[in-house]
Amino acid sequence: MINTKVSRRTFIQGSATAGVVASGGGAILANTEEAWALTTEVLSGDTALSLLIMARHLYPHDFLGDQYYAEVVVNLDEQAKSDSSLAEKLENGVKDLGQIIEADRTYNVAFKDQSSGLQLQNLKRIDGSDFFETVRGATMGGLYGNPRVAAFFGWEGSSVEHGGYINRGFDDIGWLPKGGR
Amino acid sequence: MAKTFDKNDDSVVVIIGSGAGGGVLGNELAQKGVNVVCLEAGPRFTLDDIENDWNTMFGRLSWLDPRKGTGDLVAGLPLWVCKTVGGTTVHWAGASLRFMEHEFKIKSAYGNIEGANLLDWPLDLNEMERFYSMAEDKMGTTGTHGIPRLPGNNNFQVMEYGAKALGYQDVHTGNMSINSQPRDGRPGCHQIGFCMAGCAIGAKWSVLYTEIPKAEATGRYEIRPESMVLKINHNKEGKATGVVYVDKDGNTHEQKARVVAIAGNAVETPRLLLNSESSMFSDGMANSSGQVGQNFMRHMTGTVYGTMPGAVHWDRGTQMAGIVMDEVKNDPNRGFVGGYYMQTLPGFGLGWYAGNVGGMSADAPGKWGRNYTRDVVENYKNMAGMWLVGEDMPQEKNGVTLHGSEKDSYGLPVPVVNFEDHANDVAMRNHAYKAGSAVYAAGGSKKQYQLSPFPSTHNMGTCRMSEKPRDGVCNSTGATHDVPNVFISDGSQFTTGAACNPTLTIVSLAIRQAENMAKMLSQNTI
Repeated sequence: MINTKVSRRTFIQGSATAGVVASGGGAILANTEEAWALTTEVLSGDTALSLLIMARHLYPHDFLGDQYYAEVVVNLDEQAKSDSSLAEKLENGVKDLGQIIEADRTYNVAFKDQSSGLQLQNLKRIDGSDFFETVRGATMGGLYGNPRVAAFFGWEGSSVEHGGYINRGFDDIGWLPKGGR
Repeated sequence: MAKTFDKNDDSVVVIIGSGAGGGVLGNELAQKGVNVVCLEAGPRFTLDDIENDWNTMFGRLSWLDPRKGTGDLVAGLPLWVCKTVGGTTVHWAGASLRFMEHEFKIKSAYGNIEGANLLDWPLDLNEMERFYSMAEDKMGTTGTHGIPRLPGNNNFQVMEYGAKALGYQDVHTGNMSINSQPRDGRPGCHQIGFCMAGCAIGAKWSVLYTEIPKAEATGRYEIRPESMVLKINHNKEGKATGVVYVDKDGNTHEQKARVVAIAGNAVETPRLLLNSESSMFSDGMANSSGQVGQNFMRHMTGTVYGTMPGAVHWDRGTQMAGIVMDEVKNDPNRGFVGGYYMQTLPGFGLGWYAGNVGGMSADAPGKWGRNYTRDVVENYKNMAGMWLVGEDMPQEKNGVTLHGSEKDSYGLPVPVVNFEDHANDVAMRNHAYKAGSAVYAAGGSKKQYQLSPFPSTHNMGTCRMSEKPRDGVCNSTGATHDVPNVFISDGSQFTTGAACNPTLTIVSLAIRQAENMAKMLSQNTI
């Protein structure tokens, strides 16, 4: 769904270029350059955008647009609808990522407003936490389990309806010298 | 044509499980005129239910009832086996190799190995050869009975090139129970990939669409899917009289039986015996030796992925597309007894691959981040992969016990499965990792990943055969030493595991057991 009322303002955070506007209790994630928009119902705009940025840091691929990462966030939002503990975990996790812990002081900058380097440093700080693993698992599954994404990496998907590979290159390796030594 | 038997009919052979052991035993008995009721815990699918999608088929086929893995097992999913009509033959890759002569007699061949519970089989290769040959013919195993081998896909060619460059000699596309040409009413392989999600065209041998319809056609065979057996009943003479099971609607029944054959894979088989405790069998049925549930083996396994200098497209074609057999010899100079095979195996799709490399290999650049996506994920199409499989040592501490308090949805205690590597297993795996990595390096790979074992698919030994009743659970026909009309009919009866994939031996033993059981039935000795 393309929502034409979405603000054209674009946030530049990490390598994510998506924007966000509040929409009822949730938010609309949009990227006008890529011409897509997705809505969340439970997660706030800040949380949704922060999770999108986090997903990009976890599994960055420069050739992938934000929309695929946004779908990960929308899937999490979908699960959070029926799981309030997940919603709470995500909101709190994002809040925690806003903490900047330095040797002599701790202060807050919203995760989405941090520099890319600081964001990465903060993610390393919470690596392995329940929140981190939840988002990492969701990103892994949502991104690489998405056949439209997997195709970019050479995953060819279901083959039976194409007659398998018996006539489609199962043995087409070209670079290997024949016959061994 | 499929027959229906009365639950009070106590003349039937009841078989629990419909996989390589139970499914074959049932058909073989029915062909010989014996009446059979097969109780299968899982649902019945057809080829139309088989899709080329890993997650869907994993969810559809796998045994996902709660099990706890301890020791070196994956805690939440210690085994990767199936709960469906046809059992794990729906999922298996098709590799069909025979034991070598010494692998039936490893106590004699290896001597005393500290911490290992070695025992010679009460059988030998000479006795088994006829049954191996019958099994290969039944399954259409390539490289036997004049059946041509399958052509080698890209992933095989990478392994073959490296292996031959290193001087390995015995390298080919294996002995596979996947039709290389149409046979037995099933088509030849289309090189679809996804063998282990179920073969969507039925080119791979599976009990689901071979043994079971053939058994049903005899009019002497009934299979009841979604029937979970809870307990085996016995009389005061200590003979089994029937089994108690729950159907898909949750109703409990008893099916009377003349003979009970258990083939639920190496966790459910001993679990059922343990759950069948009574005042007569206080430690579980057929457990006077104390060996029920012990000596669990799951093979030394590991995986090596190599990043190759060009595209491989490893998902194309049969998954186990070829084998290196040179390392299966027993050469203790390598620092371990027994041997192993290298068999091609791709990564089960991008999703599983991307998770498994980080999750299971210390060679990965962490689990996430820029280096991970660049080195691991973005090289997906350039990856070659192999599985390492070898003999592991039976140990008493490895096995199946019942959880003290946790119950599953049937009200049965959850099984706890423990497996800890023996030092010999570790030494063999390290040797195999190096060999596998060297194969890819010889083909131009600059980076390899050595992955820890997946959830166990080769599960053996938990009701093992022994000559003497004190050393094991069943005799050389699979009949339990303690209860003469209860048989073990799956990989649980393996005395030791050999290096090769177990299915061919399970099928051969089932054919042999059917011959013996039919004779005993007609002679009224059971």
